[in-house]
Amino acid sequence: MIRWLPRAWLMLIYGLLYVPIAVLVVFSFNDSRSGYTWGGLSLRWYETLFNNHAMVEAMWNSLWLALSAATVSTLIGGLTALALHRYRFRGKRVLNGMLFVVMMSPEIVLAISLLALFLLVGIQLGYVSLLLAHVTFCLPFVVITVMARLSGFDESLPEAARDLGASDFTMTRTVLIPVIMPALLAGWLLGFTLSLDDVVVSTFVSGPTYEILPLRIYSMVRVGLKPEVNALGTLLLVFSLVMLSLSQWILTRSKQ
Amino acid sequence: MTSESDLSCSGLVRRFGDNAAVDHVSLNVPAGTFFSILGPSGCGKTTLLRLLAGFDRPDEGEIRIRGQRMNEVPPNRRPVNMVFQHLALFPTMSVGDNIAYGLKRRGVPAAERQKRVARVLEQVGLPGTENRNPQQLSGGQRQRVALARCLVLEPTLLLLDEPLGALDLKLREQMKVELKHLQKAFGTTFVYITHDQSEAMVMSDQVAVMKNGRFDQVAPPEELYREPATPFVAGFVGDNNRLAGELVSVREGLAEVRLDDGGLVRGRMASQAPAVGERAELFVRPESLVLAGEALKPDFSTVQASVDTTLFDGANSRVEVTSSGQTLFARLPQDGSAPALSEGATLQLGWDPMLARVFPAGGA
Repeated sequence: MIRWLPRAWLMLIYGLLYVPIAVLVVFSFNDSRSGYTWGGLSLRWYETLFNNHAMVEAMWNSLWLALSAATVSTLIGGLTALALHRYRFRGKRVLNGMLFVVMMSPEIVLAISLLALFLLVGIQLGYVSLLLAHVTFCLPFVVITVMARLSGFDESLPEAARDLGASDFTMTRTVLIPVIMPALLAGWLLGFTLSLDDVVVSTFVSGPTYEILPLRIYSMVRVGLKPEVNALGTLLLVFSLVMLSLSQWILTRSKQ
Repeated sequence: MTSESDLSCSGLVRRFGDNAAVDHVSLNVPAGTFFSILGPSGCGKTTLLRLLAGFDRPDEGEIRIRGQRMNEVPPNRRPVNMVFQHLALFPTMSVGDNIAYGLKRRGVPAAERQKRVARVLEQVGLPGTENRNPQQLSGGQRQRVALARCLVLEPTLLLLDEPLGALDLKLREQMKVELKHLQKAFGTTFVYITHDQSEAMVMSDQVAVMKNGRFDQVAPPEELYREPATPFVAGFVGDNNRLAGELVSVREGLAEVRLDDGGLVRGRMASQAPAVGERAELFVRPESLVLAGEALKPDFSTVQASVDTTLFDGANSRVEVTSSGQTLFARLPQDGSAPALSEGATLQLGWDPMLARVFPAGGA
């Protein structure tokens, strides 16, 4: 009696979390136009989705944005982490703290301040403004991931490389980068997913010339829930799962 | 300096703020010898090693390797390699790639690299382990890989920074002997730093005892043990007993010290000698002490002592006694000749005055 109670409670919680997602996936294959009745198996909503050019374009825009934002923030973030780890300089702690401020501050605050900045400087709202904004909020995550990896780093490794005849540059290329590579990859993936599903900041800093997927879906849903949104949701879900497993796989493999 | 020495330093100084971690150190290491720098932690031995490797620059003085001035040469251009305390094997590379790392930096072609890696692995007793991951190896094997990674480059000088510290006791004993053999086999000059006097004694041709940034004494291990130049060396190298008192007379190199309880003891004056009337310390080794009943000769110096406890440790068994408020250890021979000692029993301890040393007090 008592024994199955905790288990049932757990099932209820997990049900609340996962049933809506399961419903979304199931109904993406529904032949019926209504979102409430089952009309047989079909791929018609996937077809509709891919025939919706605005939607497909938004998807490519989003992917391109996520790709570039993740890459730029990994480059800057990786170097920042290395600098914070290796060197002592004035303002180091302030810089470190500021990264956390970006991460902790409410997204809406970041969004408004970035919009104000772009208007002030005169950056046209579009791809560039989106990229700058996305790099801004991805950066701390990359830095923290790489710093975590570096915190367990044996300080004598770079010295050993130098001792064996490597120049500073060769040492970085052959010893330092391979050691932090898993963290760089994990940080990149994290940035990629963060960028891909961001709504709040993107709403503020995107312009009419460059529409991205989350905003497109949001506007679609406002008019009324179309079944093709289910299909899109399913695709995004599969994509996220693949990315998630990939990053987990990289991290566990590097921990051996 | 002579052309035969692989490493010679003169007047090396390295300051951190007001504190001189290395304070006017000069040394000369002949080619093909095993040179140890022995000292407690914080004595500056690691700083000295880093100066030799090139990770740090001296504030004063000169480092020469085979006569070549090294002060301004960066670590990757010195004919010196170092075995790090925690070995610093590259975790992202196989054993073979670790060892080939230095050869690759020198532009040795791949086929030649492979041959030399295989040969050095054989020499350190790990043939065929090229493709293993360093993390899969045991502590002793990793040690050998770290050595091989340096030795494959045939450096003029190999620096070792307490590489045995992380090993367990048994393995450490084994590696001590092995390091000595490897040094002989390769003929490379080793400069080894350690705080473990037994490591330094077993392996070295010459040992420098370092304290507060300076060398107290540089000598072969046996001389260090038998003829310590300073009270610090006498106390740090090997076990030693010390008896504090006042120097009352010196005759023909033999000093007489009045202990605080009034007893008179004798020992040879050390080269660094106190003056009559000054506080002095007499050092006598546990194995020099004989228990009354054994061959106690008439010219021996003696003290009365009471037994605290006996410490059985095979050939290294000792008895702990108290004499005039000071704790002493004496070696217990394990051939059955030692008398039965019960706690609280009083006995007479004696020693040949020629085997004891008298230093000024407060030296260490």
